[in-house]
Order: sequence, then structure tokens, then C-alpha cells
Amino acid sequence: MRRLKIAEKMRNLMAGYYMLGHNAKVRAWVTSGAPVEILYAMDVYPVYPENHGALIGAAKLGSHYSDFAEKRGFSRDLCSYARCDIGCVFAGTSPVGGLPRPSFLFACNNICNTVVKWYEVLSRIFKVPLFVLDMPFIRKELKDSHLRYVEDQLLDFIKFVEKITGTQMDDSKLKEVGTKSVEAVKLYGDCLRMAKNKPSPMTCFDAFINMAPIVCLRGTDYAVSFYKDMKEELEDRVKNGISAIENEKFRLLWDNIPVWYRLRWFSEFFESKNACLVADTYTNAWTGFSEIRSSDLISSLAEVYTVSYLNIGIERMAEIINWLIEFYEVDGVVMHSNRSCKPYSFGQYEIQKKLSVPSVIIEADMVDERAFSEAQIATRLEAFLEML
Amino acid sequence: MISAGIDIGSITAKCVILKNGKILGYKITKAKPDLEGTAKEIFEDTLRTVGLKREEIEKIVATGYGRNMVSFADKKITEISCHAVGASFLIPQTGTVIDIGGQDSKVIAVENGKVIGFVMNDKCAAGTGRFVEVMANALGLKIEEVGVLALKATKKVQISSTCTVFAESEVISYLSAGEKLENIIAGVCDAIASRIVSMANRVGIRREVVLTGGVAKNLGVRKAIEEKLGVGVLVPEEPQIVGALGAAVLGSK
Repeated sequence: MRRLKIAEKMRNLMAGYYMLGHNAKVRAWVTSGAPVEILYAMDVYPVYPENHGALIGAAKLGSHYSDFAEKRGFSRDLCSYARCDIGCVFAGTSPVGGLPRPSFLFACNNICNTVVKWYEVLSRIFKVPLFVLDMPFIRKELKDSHLRYVEDQLLDFIKFVEKITGTQMDDSKLKEVGTKSVEAVKLYGDCLRMAKNKPSPMTCFDAFINMAPIVCLRGTDYAVSFYKDMKEELEDRVKNGISAIENEKFRLLWDNIPVWYRLRWFSEFFESKNACLVADTYTNAWTGFSEIRSSDLISSLAEVYTVSYLNIGIERMAEIINWLIEFYEVDGVVMHSNRSCKPYSFGQYEIQKKLSVPSVIIEADMVDERAFSEAQIATRLEAFLEML
Repeated sequence: MISAGIDIGSITAKCVILKNGKILGYKITKAKPDLEGTAKEIFEDTLRTVGLKREEIEKIVATGYGRNMVSFADKKITEISCHAVGASFLIPQTGTVIDIGGQDSKVIAVENGKVIGFVMNDKCAAGTGRFVEVMANALGLKIEEVGVLALKATKKVQISSTCTVFAESEVISYLSAGEKLENIIAGVCDAIASRIVSMANRVGIRREVVLTGGVAKNLGVRKAIEEKLGVGVLVPEEPQIVGALGAAVLGSK
């Protein structure tokens, strides 16, 4: 597989990001789907336990750190990001030397409700305040009442941060951060959409590897310039006819969080079968699936973060996947039934029935390698490709 | 055209030799930890049975859990495709294949011999041949006796555990409570069948339904599946070789 050169830059950028955290005056531990723009605008450094979990998974240390939490009674059925995060706190270290202590915690339940309990645990351990941004689940239409409910909380949250930092929110700064965030998201979306080319210049593995900046650094110049570079590299590839894999015969879509400790195994497996996973629902979730209606900054934040992929009904999820299927012209969908991520995995058997192309479900876990059975997964995937 | 299909499963190995659309002969043996050795042995054994030399075999296709360990095979194809092809070869109207093997059970939707969808058990041995083996062992029965005995049951006990290990302790507690052997065995067969049928309903049942794999020989499980599905199932004369047969058929194409 021809890996993107930009991955090297990403590693440096993220190493810098992790280092910065230790010098920051005010730090918040924050969930991946929370409106980080408010934090950046108020000079609060965001720490992402989920990104840290992915990093632990990729380092194949998931079960190692999870054990520290399991020993204290946390169930193995709990999300492995949560287990590893709490485990690292108890272990007092991690592959990056542990995350810097939070000044406060910010959990937004638009991705799952585990984060609420997880952050409550953190709040008890660190004895720091927790703000839970409660998102109404959007089963069908997004209503004004939903937005008002979220907007009110966002204003409360700003007051909450102002009290901790002792400084007032500067609206022009929030606007500036918001603009950068939108720009980064747009560039990131441009990158992902390059996979529409046949053959594709990138795989979803490239998308996974290079997603950390859009999660952790959106709202900063770093993310904007990173995705500009990534886009350039991809444009170059398209111009010079360089494909991600040697012989693209099948085009596939990946659903759910990647299996971090097996990225290489999956990418080599699919390449050996001439299958290119051109896109995925996970990274596309950060590009926003619909146009923003509001012009006011707070209400557009409310809107964008409320209709996140894991906070909408199954019908809408299937619509989005079908849109991705059509846009990327894929032949099939590989669905990872992720033991950790219940909101992402529960609906898969129903969604499967609504898709316009064949799909296969494999069972694993994003970080906990004990939930991965190679022979079983290989057989399902091979049979699926034989069927296609 | 002479082809061979070798199916290396988790418990047994099967080999079929096919000549111009006719089965010349087949063998079934216990799989050993040395999968490559098992494959070689059964292949040579089958060659002897049909009186052919190795050079006369034009194509060898390996399938099953150990397919990648058969280095002398020309091609490796998953058991899912092979079972669909093998069942359709024997019963051309095959619409669904239910295969219950040693550690895998799967339901395959088939149309004109081609796979159009499938579901397999995951992470758990309840609903597979191993489940029957463990229970037979706990009850001091031979595996062949299980099915026949189940048919004599006057009632079925409820095996509520979905886990093989816990189900075994449940079986033992039924024994110590004085429950009749055949009623327990009928409960065991029912437990497997309910697992299989829930998978089958996910894929959707289309006739004819063909039952393959070692467990297809178990009359108790077969009956329980038929009851729960509400349709009769067809069992090939030798249901255990369907995967190997499919591999041989695919090799001849």
C-alpha cells in the first residue's frame, strides 16, 4: 500500500500537540463530539481521551492499560476507550507519559451516554468540575426546540468556563476560531472526497491515520494548514495517476470505528484481494452531513453538534450510508460490529437491510485486541469478496 | 476433468474427488493439529481409495478453517462459497444452506448456486458441533447416540445458558436433579436449533433448505430445526462432505 507522506507530518504535529498540553494553564478533558471551538476561543487546552485511546490501541497496548481499570472493577463490557483512559489514570502513565491533569471536564453525549458516566468517574478521581452538555437524540427532524435546549446549555457552558478561567469570552475570538474550524472541516472533507477518483488515491486507512488533527485541533491554524497539505498531496496523486493500492478491483466502504491495533493487517488483507476501502462512516462524520441553517455562531454550533452521526435515528444513518455508497461508487460495505461502541453497532443489522449494496458484519473491538479472532474475520471477509 | 476438494475443518478433514461431474470417492478423518499433514494424508488416502495418481488430479481446491495451510492446493476458497456450490450440486433447487460444523455454524442464502448473503456465529461455540460434543461428553454418550436418543424424549428441558461452558453445568444439574437423559438431550438439540434459526431468520429462509455439516446427521437437531423453521429440511446422503464437494466442483470449473 502506498501510504501518504503526510502521515509523517501528522505524527510531528500530534507529538507537538501532546507536548503543549503539559504547559497549558487551563486544560479540559473533552469528548470527541464536543464543541471544542468554545475551548480554543477561551484559551483552554483540550485533551482528548478518545484520541489517546486510539493511540493506545494502535500501540497494541489496549488490554495492558485496560487491565488497570478492570482490576478496580470496571467491566470488560465497558467501552475500551473509557477503560484505557481510566486505566492510564490508575497506572499513572501511558504511551505518551499519561495525559496532563484536567482543570475541568467537558462531556457531550452526542456520541454516546457512556461518556457521562466515564467523565463522572474522572470528576471523582481528579476532584474537578464536570460540565455535561446534554444533546437531545434526533430521531427524525431537528426542531427549533432541540436547538434552543442546546443553545441554552452552550451559554451556560461559556459562563462555566468564564468562572474557571476568570476571563470573559471574546465573541470576535470565537468567531475567528469558528471560521478556522469550518475551514479545516471543509478541507478535510475535500481530502476524503478525493477517494471518489477511480482508482482512489487514498484508502480509509489513510483517513483514519490522519484524522487526529480534525478531532483535536479543529479551530486552530494547525488543522487548516495540515489538511491543505494533505489535499495537495492527494491532488498530486490524482494528477500523476498514483493509486493507493496496486490493483483496485473492488471499492468498499467501512462502517464504525477502526480496529486500531490491526490497521496494517486489514490494509494488507484488502490489498491482497484487490479491494480498496475508499471511504468510511467514521471519518466522514467529522465533515458534517448537512448544511448549517443558522447564521448565529452559537446556534450553528448547536446545530452542527446536535445532528452528529451517532445522535440520529437509524433511518437517517442508513440514508447517509447510502449517500456515501452512491458518492464513492462502492461495491460493498464492511461493517465492524464494535464491542466497545454500542450506539455505533446496535443498529447495524437493521441498517444492513436498508443498504443499496451487499454488506458483511465482522465482530471485533476498536482497542481491545482480546476481542479479535483473525481466522473468523478473514473467513467472513474472504467469503464476502467471493460473493461480490 | 478430475478435481479434488479438501475441506480442513476444526474437528474433521474431508476430501472429495470429482470426475466429470461424478463423485469418484471421498474420505472423512479427524483433523490433527498439523493441518498441512492432515491435508496431505487425507488427499493421498482418497487417491488410493479411487485408484488415481496425484498427477491425474488437474485441480486441487482447499476450503475450511485450515484452507490456508494446504500449500499444495491450486486455490483456496472459503467454506461459505463451497457449501453453497456443493449443496446446489447435489440439490439444484437449494435456496438456503444451513451448515453446522465443528466450530462454525452458518446460514447461506443461495440463488442458482451463488451466495447472495450469509450469517455466521461469532465468538461463541453454542450452536455448533462442539456444543453437542461437550454435552454428549457430560452425559457420557457417544456423539452418534445423541440424535437418536433425543427423539425418545417425552419433554424438552430448557437450557437457558447461551454459553457452552455454563450450559454444561446446567446439564449436569439437570442430571443430579434426576431428569431423564433423553429429555436433557432433547433440550440440548433445541438450544442449538434456536441459535441456528435466529441466524436463519436474519438471512431469510428460501426453499429448498439444505442442512449440511457433521451436525446434520443428528436427528434430534434436525427435527428441532424443522419444528422451529416450520419447513422441512433436506439432508444430503453424506452432509459432512458438502464443503469439500463444493471445492472440487469449483476446481472443475
